[in-house]
Amino acid sequence: MLYEGFVGRSSEPVRNVVERDAVRLFAEAIADPSPLYRDGEAARRSRYGRLLTPPTFPRTFDYGRIEGLELPSAGLIHGEFRIGYERPLLVGDEVFCRLALKGSYDKEGSRGLLGFLIFERTGEDPEGNLVFTTNDTVIVTGAVRAGIEA
Amino acid sequence: MSAIPDWRIGDELEERTPPPIGREQLRKYAEASGDPNPIHLSDEAAAAAGLPGVIAHGMLTAATMGLLFSPYLGHGYVKAFRGRFSGMVFLGDRLNVGGRVTGVEETGEGRLYAFEVYARRGEDTVASGSVGFLVFEGRGSG
Repeated sequence: MLYEGFVGRSSEPVRNVVERDAVRLFAEAIADPSPLYRDGEAARRSRYGRLLTPPTFPRTFDYGRIEGLELPSAGLIHGEFRIGYERPLLVGDEVFCRLALKGSYDKEGSRGLLGFLIFERTGEDPEGNLVFTTNDTVIVTGAVRAGIEA
Repeated sequence: MSAIPDWRIGDELEERTPPPIGREQLRKYAEASGDPNPIHLSDEAAAAAGLPGVIAHGMLTAATMGLLFSPYLGHGYVKAFRGRFSGMVFLGDRLNVGGRVTGVEETGEGRLYAFEVYARRGEDTVASGSVGFLVFEGRGSG
């Protein structure tokens, strides 16, 4: 299995702050017109009290690096994405973000042996309460795999 | 702002059809998300990767499925999202996104609705998944 020795390892947490401008740019890029992502007045009147972030916004955070783990820069396929929130993530929130390799397994596909890597990213508030967890499944195809194992 | 949602199992969300995927949107998404992968930006890089053309970020398709819930954010939020990417999305592609209620559950935080969601290009499903949308207890957006 690929990167087997890295399974269970994680990065050092990195502090991120949810910035208003970053949320506005992200909302524009995904063409989401919701005023709760960009209109401070609408957000203050809402039950959140502050601007909200789009569901996939935690993608933008810095999660640090797992020491020694170097993935190929090209040829990886993003198979699946999952995110779960403990509470809404708002502009101004401070989150400590960490990346971990949770699993690695192989599967025989119609075009050869595929490697599957499961990465978990988490964000915690300054008190250590979990805010969100994401899981990404990254698929390593045969051609790319040969480069890693060489 | 919309009324407090009161969905029933089987209800369908109104299908949305955002504008076709363009270079400007991919450039903006690459910048906003911090994803520097050139296969989303450069014809040469896409060709070098064996692709017939520049492809959209999978996470942009995921975010597009999230648009289904924007009208209801005054009353609740996307608590859980899961998307599987099953097809590539190219420049000029026009996606339809839609979803259907598959479950409802009372929780301590409010009423949690489960949805199946999809992104399609014509008859082809390019992504599918599920969403948990939590409608807060009480008086809506007040």
